[in-house]
Amino acid sequence: MSDKGKIFLGLIVFIVAVTYPMWGGVFAKTPAPDVQLPDGKCIESRDYMVANHMNMLDEWRDKFVREGQEIYIASDGTEHAISLTKTCMKSGCHDNKSEFCDKCHTYADVDPYCWDCHVAPDQVAPKGGN
Amino acid sequence: MDDSRRDFLKKASIASLGIAALPVLSAGVRAVSGHGAATDSIQWGMVIDVQKCDNKALADAAQKACHTEHNVPAVPADLKDEEIKWIWTEAFQNVFPEQAHARMAHKLHDKQVIVLCNHCDRPSCVRVCPTKATWKRKSDGIVMMDMHRCIGCRFCMAACPFGARSFNFSDPRKFMDTEKPANTLYPTRAMGVVEKCTFCADRIREGRQPACVEAANAIVPGAMIFGNVNDPESEIFKYLEENHTLVRQLNLGTGPNVYYKL
Repeated sequence: MSDKGKIFLGLIVFIVAVTYPMWGGVFAKTPAPDVQLPDGKCIESRDYMVANHMNMLDEWRDKFVREGQEIYIASDGTEHAISLTKTCMKSGCHDNKSEFCDKCHTYADVDPYCWDCHVAPDQVAPKGGN
Repeated sequence: MDDSRRDFLKKASIASLGIAALPVLSAGVRAVSGHGAATDSIQWGMVIDVQKCDNKALADAAQKACHTEHNVPAVPADLKDEEIKWIWTEAFQNVFPEQAHARMAHKLHDKQVIVLCNHCDRPSCVRVCPTKATWKRKSDGIVMMDMHRCIGCRFCMAACPFGARSFNFSDPRKFMDTEKPANTLYPTRAMGVVEKCTFCADRIREGRQPACVEAANAIVPGAMIFGNVNDPESEIFKYLEENHTLVRQLNLGTGPNVYYKL
């Protein structure tokens, strides 16, 4: 019974180690991404785009590639060409992938494969490797 | 009341027989109407004049125009098995093996013929694709690719009798000449997808001719003709009416839409 202290110490170390992933983030200081927003207005509201841009792009690719639909009518009635590079990333809009797309994607640890194929305007070097 | 019940059952059984026979009958009608009849729908097609295209500069220009426009990587010669091509040339006897008889004109032997995807009426690649990543567009008959959906199983490559499809064994951007892809408005492909000619669907949308046709005709006018083979008023329809043309592997029944004038 004289090992009570060691057993409790061991238990505490064990519990701390096992639960670390759950509370470890409380002390981590990851600053929220400072995204460079272009001047002007996006095709939909900012809140809508933040929440739904991935769904919109997913729908766009089916609409354009599979259904041959070329025009997106926004909720305010304006018409936009369905194209990642010719609409979203055109000059004056989100033409800087590393300052716009990558900032949030890195923060949220998501890795969309759009640019495995599509060419971002600021993408200069080839990817290389496999 | 017994009689009317009996009548009802009789009528119901005859009606169900009719419904069951409907798909069989309509399939029969489709089989009889078959290929070659002019219809309202668009089917893009191409005529390649083999004599006029027997010109290395022309074939190279057509390939360069296509491969530059679509960011097709130039895979080095030591990786020939991984070569990617949308349009290229093959020897006459390999393009038309059923025409290459023992007494074939000597000048035809090894003559280089331009080949590309035939955008078949009944494409075997489409039948085997498990994800519908390749399909025949109802609007204009182009056999299209959806790179987002291709899983790289390569069934389509095995199914295509013309070898018109290429697989990306590695990241194609490794093989791009310049730091940036040649055409930044056209996507490259990723490793692990199959690619092929799209009849320049993006150019057609803008009312332009395919890149290869434009490049070839700039060198020898009339070397290639592109148009709607279902439209009796189109140049290609009239050309096919007036000239004897061949398609590759007619006996396989895929219904190619690239026609060759010898």
